Amino acid sequence: MTEEQAIYNYCLRMGDNSLIQSYRLSEWCSNAPILEEDLALTNFALDMIGRAQAMLAYAGKIEGKGRTDDDLAYRRSERQYYNHLIMELPNGDFAKTIARLLFTATYEFYLFTDLQRSADPTIAAIAAKTVKEVKYHMAHAGDWVLRLGDGTEESHNRIQKAINKLWMYTGELFETDETDAILADKNIAVDLALVKAKWTAHITGVLKEATLSVPEDEYMQTGGRKGVHTEHLGHILSEMQYLQRAYPEAIW
Amino acid sequence: MATDSQLSMWEVFMQSKPGNNYIHAGTVHASDKKMALQNARDTYTRRGEGTSIWVVPTDAIVASDPNDNDMFFDPANDKVYRLPTFYVMPEGAKAI
Amino acid sequence: MELLEKYDKLSEQLLKTFEGKIERGDAIEPRDNMPDGYRKHLIRQISQHAHSEVIGMQPEGNWITRAPSLKAKQVLLAKIQDEGGHGLYLYSAAETLGITRKEMIDQLHTGKAKYSNIFNYPSLTWADIGAIGWLVDGAAIVNQVSLQRTSYGPYSRAMVRICKEESFHQRQGYEIMAKMMKGTKDQQEMAQDAMNRWWWPSLMMFGPHDGESPHTSDAVKWKIKRSSNDELRQKFIDKTVPQAELIGLTMPDKDLKWNETKNCYDHGPIDWNEFYRVINGNGPCNRQRMEHHARVHHEGGWVRAAAEAYSKKKENI
Repeated sequence: MTEEQAIYNYCLRMGDNSLIQSYRLSEWCSNAPILEEDLALTNFALDMIGRAQAMLAYAGKIEGKGRTDDDLAYRRSERQYYNHLIMELPNGDFAKTIARLLFTATYEFYLFTDLQRSADPTIAAIAAKTVKEVKYHMAHAGDWVLRLGDGTEESHNRIQKAINKLWMYTGELFETDETDAILADKNIAVDLALVKAKWTAHITGVLKEATLSVPEDEYMQTGGRKGVHTEHLGHILSEMQYLQRAYPEAIW
Repeated sequence: MATDSQLSMWEVFMQSKPGNNYIHAGTVHASDKKMALQNARDTYTRRGEGTSIWVVPTDAIVASDPNDNDMFFDPANDKVYRLPTFYVMPEGAKAI
Repeated sequence: MELLEKYDKLSEQLLKTFEGKIERGDAIEPRDNMPDGYRKHLIRQISQHAHSEVIGMQPEGNWITRAPSLKAKQVLLAKIQDEGGHGLYLYSAAETLGITRKEMIDQLHTGKAKYSNIFNYPSLTWADIGAIGWLVDGAAIVNQVSLQRTSYGPYSRAMVRICKEESFHQRQGYEIMAKMMKGTKDQQEMAQDAMNRWWWPSLMMFGPHDGESPHTSDAVKWKIKRSSNDELRQKFIDKTVPQAELIGLTMPDKDLKWNETKNCYDHGPIDWNEFYRVINGNGPCNRQRMEHHARVHHEGGWVRAAAEAYSKKKENI
């Protein structure tokens, strides 16, 4: 694998994470528990679409085949998507969405904090913009986890259940392969072991404060990095790509 | 408080840039201070309208009664000596 | 007896003060004395306006996941988010009149409060997203621009803010339509079909003809309403027809033609039977919209309860 290929993969993965997560969050539009939260979740989705555009556009540029961010978003199929599985899982209730947001935003906060020092200037620039956004997502999600964890019995049970169910999808966030190794070597990618340590410390802190228990590490799901997904991704893509697929000649 | 409420109301004040006055923007609903601040941010600064936000529980606002306007505000109307234009300056006096 | 007389004198005096303010064009503020009818009219109108913004998120929301490009998705999402924000500004304005958001939502669910009829129509193709932005928001903005001068301060301030923010909405819709009319045959057909379906309901948004509108006279007297239904509708038609022609859309009204003497367009008859049928609950999506709203409201109940319970436990956080 060349360095270019590795950067392409790396950006595609980050772009796919943002794109698929924004898809799920945008499903909350007109569905949130209170109007104010509807606006908040939509804001996060907008931040993520912006990031997806930047990452996919850069991936397309590195690839050098003239593919745009839209080409990459709308013309790839299931096995060519490389987001983490946690991003594509259905929203479930508000507790599950918030639990996922806490896990992913915390991961992204530490990831992009370090990526600001990436030797690749484009990635560093995207990271600098992103870190401000995800810091807010992380705070917002953390505050809600406290409210739900230490709110009513029902909310406590719901958020605990969500955390337990999602836990097996968090291991994949810190997986590394050849792509990461090549780029870490050139100081383009970050050391995910360090990100993991900070992630674990933060999540443990929030959960404890929220009177929630931290799940034991058991089997961790994997596959997204290789394009092997849950059944849910296919449905996301068939919906998201419908117009582009049905009218391939059209410009929208 | 009833189990199914829409949370309580907060007044939102925004400063458009450092140095400016805080101006009332509207209200949001929230159950605590942090939520009120975040909701105000997501509701009232979607276009970069603000650089600083105050939120105050609506209950904490004390307002003057419009029926008292005559005693409250009218007495200030004839105190023109509080205005610089009340004073006669000798011709030629500069920047005073 | 004497006391009662005194009271009547007092209320007569207050009414005079109120009418004097309206006459001079002064804004009425929340703590000012106002006749019950004024308050009631405003609560009905502003809450209906707020509900319309919120229910209006649904037909557009129907296309978020299927928006055909990242930019289109972003713009649509931002626009729908604005609608939510505008609903919020309006709830906020209505709350200054002594009604709570919870009461307004309850009134929506029991059918006591209405929302704009237009959102009882389905958004079937991507071109509908163009038509909604261009025609529905276009009609709404004509009304809202006029309402910036409404006599009730908080409502007027909300309108000023909303008009400022909505100026991109109509452009967004028109851009979609223009792009589709420049596109493939399929796209052009989709755009024309959306035009055909949304044009008449958009005209109905302005309400019945002057003289047939039940709430008009008080609203005009109190300067809540600053232009008549027909004036606003005409304004909308006159600005929209040339826009349609410019991008090659055919107006779905064979009687539509320029009237030289009146210096405006004449249009064919509006199907008021359809209007009342939809208002009375038999539009294509009335039940769907209400069920959606009620479901979301109920599903969110445990979250709001948790937030309040937490705040109580932590007292003053």
